[in-house]
Amino acid sequence: MAENTYNSIPAEKFRFVQQNEKLHDKALKTKPIGYFKDAWIRFRKNKASVAAAIVLAIILLYAIIVPFFSVYKLGVASDMTYKKMNPRLYIGKTAIFDGAKTMSLNDKYLVNLVAVGMNAEDPEMVKKGHESWEEGIGSYYSPILRLEEERVVEEAGKEVTKRDARVSTYHIIGFRYLQVPKEEYERILAWQEENEVQVLYPMVDQDNPYCEDPSDANYWYKTKKGWPVDEKGKRMDLEQTMENGVQDNFLRDKEGNIRYYKEMGSMYSIRVLYYNYYQYKNGHEPTFVFGSDGGGYDIATRMAYGLRTSFVLSFGVALVCFIFGAFFGAIEGYYGGWVDLLLERVVDVLWRMPLYIIVVLFQLHLVNTGKASVLGGLLMAFCVTGWIGTAAVVRTQFYRFKNQEYILAARTLGAKDLRLMFRHIFPNAIGTIITSSVFAIPSVILSESTFSYLGIVNLNSRGAVSLGTMMADGKEFLSEFPHILLIPAAVIALMMIAFNLFGNGLRDAFNPSLRGADE
Amino acid sequence: MRTLKYVLKRLLFLVITFFIIMTITFCLIKSLQAEVPLGKAAETEKARREALGWDKPVLVQYGIYLRNLFTKFDIGTSLKVSYMKPVAEVILERMPPTILVNVLSILVGLPLGIALGIFAALKKNTWIDHVVSVIIVLFISVPSFVLAFFLQYFLSFRLGWFPLVMYSKAEAGGLFTWKMIYSLMLPIMASAFYEIAYFARTVRAELTEALTSEYMLLARTKGLTQSKAVIHHALKNAMVPILPVVIGTFLSVMGGSMVLERIFAIPGVGDLTLKALQTFDYDLFVGTAMFYTLIGLLSGILTDLSYGFLDPRIKMGER
Repeated sequence: MAENTYNSIPAEKFRFVQQNEKLHDKALKTKPIGYFKDAWIRFRKNKASVAAAIVLAIILLYAIIVPFFSVYKLGVASDMTYKKMNPRLYIGKTAIFDGAKTMSLNDKYLVNLVAVGMNAEDPEMVKKGHESWEEGIGSYYSPILRLEEERVVEEAGKEVTKRDARVSTYHIIGFRYLQVPKEEYERILAWQEENEVQVLYPMVDQDNPYCEDPSDANYWYKTKKGWPVDEKGKRMDLEQTMENGVQDNFLRDKEGNIRYYKEMGSMYSIRVLYYNYYQYKNGHEPTFVFGSDGGGYDIATRMAYGLRTSFVLSFGVALVCFIFGAFFGAIEGYYGGWVDLLLERVVDVLWRMPLYIIVVLFQLHLVNTGKASVLGGLLMAFCVTGWIGTAAVVRTQFYRFKNQEYILAARTLGAKDLRLMFRHIFPNAIGTIITSSVFAIPSVILSESTFSYLGIVNLNSRGAVSLGTMMADGKEFLSEFPHILLIPAAVIALMMIAFNLFGNGLRDAFNPSLRGADE
Repeated sequence: MRTLKYVLKRLLFLVITFFIIMTITFCLIKSLQAEVPLGKAAETEKARREALGWDKPVLVQYGIYLRNLFTKFDIGTSLKVSYMKPVAEVILERMPPTILVNVLSILVGLPLGIALGIFAALKKNTWIDHVVSVIIVLFISVPSFVLAFFLQYFLSFRLGWFPLVMYSKAEAGGLFTWKMIYSLMLPIMASAFYEIAYFARTVRAELTEALTSEYMLLARTKGLTQSKAVIHHALKNAMVPILPVVIGTFLSVMGGSMVLERIFAIPGVGDLTLKALQTFDYDLFVGTAMFYTLIGLLSGILTDLSYGFLDPRIKMGER
């Protein structure tokens, strides 16, 4: 028998745990988990939704920050020379986008492109021969980024050697002739001295018979039918050119000094390296992270402004619909009966009205007559029907909760209608309302970009731009410059995916019973 | 009897809703001041407008419009898009291409979507299900016009598999030819992807629920094989909420997507609506707007009613 088995315990061995003190509930030692914290804990577990939230945060941040730091501004005239540039983004020396296109070059054109780099590096062409060729290829200003081996192709029945190359869309422009007043010439000269960036290059003797094209400043060397010539004026092929370099065709005065300008009446005709001239004009290098569009505008900056439009509009609509929908739904659900019946008929009519008709009517009546801005008209149009979803959700929740015992208790204690509605019933619906408002945002963004793409609303002014307008502008360049259209399109797609994932996560978090209901 | 009453009630509401929307649209459109051309054209233009009754007050015009609608089924005359042609005729002319594209995309999207949904539900929580879920999220989220651009660029420009836009009737030798269908492949794909995803999502959700229900347990207990139980019991029940959606979708084939028709140059109803809008062809705009409203209303009511007819558990007209 175990030793701690007692048959009888004496009464004095017992004592009261407490006799004179009262028992109370103890304060909770742990932190209480409220509704939102609970939802947050659940949300955080859904990895896809968290990732989507991060993506959305990045896009939002991009829209807010980029216009402040971008050197390009909306509504400022652009340099049309740099239109339809490919995306270019270098981090250190590594290219994320190289800003180039693949071209198939024949020998003649290859020499022409290399010559841009040759002259850019060595304005007065002091270096000669092979050295100068090497320098041209390796130059920062060389249009040719990478050169493949030559291959033979058949063209119009003849065999031609061609080389594939990555050609920078920024540097292929090379040199340009400009007509400027004398003062401007001197300003450029001063700027050039100060910044040590070569803008002015020797003028070409445009009257020389060896000048291929007097209007093309990239033909600064002596040519015969486009081919470079040697000192004796004999045509050279590619190999000879690589070995001997080219003969410059600069404009010289009687003493043989190279001249940098030619007087044309009161104006000076000058020859500039356009890439550096752009820096003189704008104070920065022409570099477009996402390329430039058909009007020469920076896509990255425009996209930030377009995203701003989208966000301002969609958040505005979501907010208005949140408030109005909540009131409307609350009144419908709480009072029920004929009030509900009447208001539901209003909903029926509005809900069945195609959105585009409402948008068009608002545009024609308010925007075109100058009573509202384009964005304002669009905001109002979206608000006309946007609140219906929220109202329906709130209404259902009110029907569910208004007859519960705790409401009856509150009413018995003298709570008024408004207090019952917004203090006691409404919090039950808050999660669902937030979810439905979040789902409203992407649908507004999508509709807005669709309407502006179609030209139903014209969101393309000095102050605002829309992703839809950007896509409409890019449509005509789809075959050759797909980035103009596809980059905004991809951003919209990314945003839609992220919003849907984020919304799904929110819904599951706020309303675990609905998890996967329509997934 | 109650069903009939409910149907009639719904139809009555439909008619009332339709007329309210029509009144709003008509009055707001007609109250706009149309631009009057200057010079010599002004006289003839003024005379023409007077003949059309445009100088009368809006409500009088609406009265005339309603009278013409009820007595002659005449809903006005197009002045810009097709000069002096009745609006109803113009809309009818534009319907075949729209219907063709939409029917084809449903024919592609529906079976694929349902099959994908069934597949995912049966393999729930395996990698197949996860892959299908990702595809669904992608296709549901990516807007059809974004998809259209990518399809145009990659399949048409880069690979050259399909023509960029729809062939004209002359090029393809008629609307209902294989060549025309081939030229419509891109728009069909652009809209079918969404349908695939949509149907797959619905089927997957419904079938998942049906598979875990008690009657399935009973079916298995009484000795049916899994496949028999799925086909005879689960699928049948899962289809109940899906069929109404399908029926509703089939009605909406008449209204084209404006943005897809614009991108692929399909001469359909959506394109017509845009043209009416851009050229300020008032009668035509009201006509197309009413057309879209009617389709929306009808497909809504059809969806609702078919729920009741297909599922005897749903009592129509009950609150």
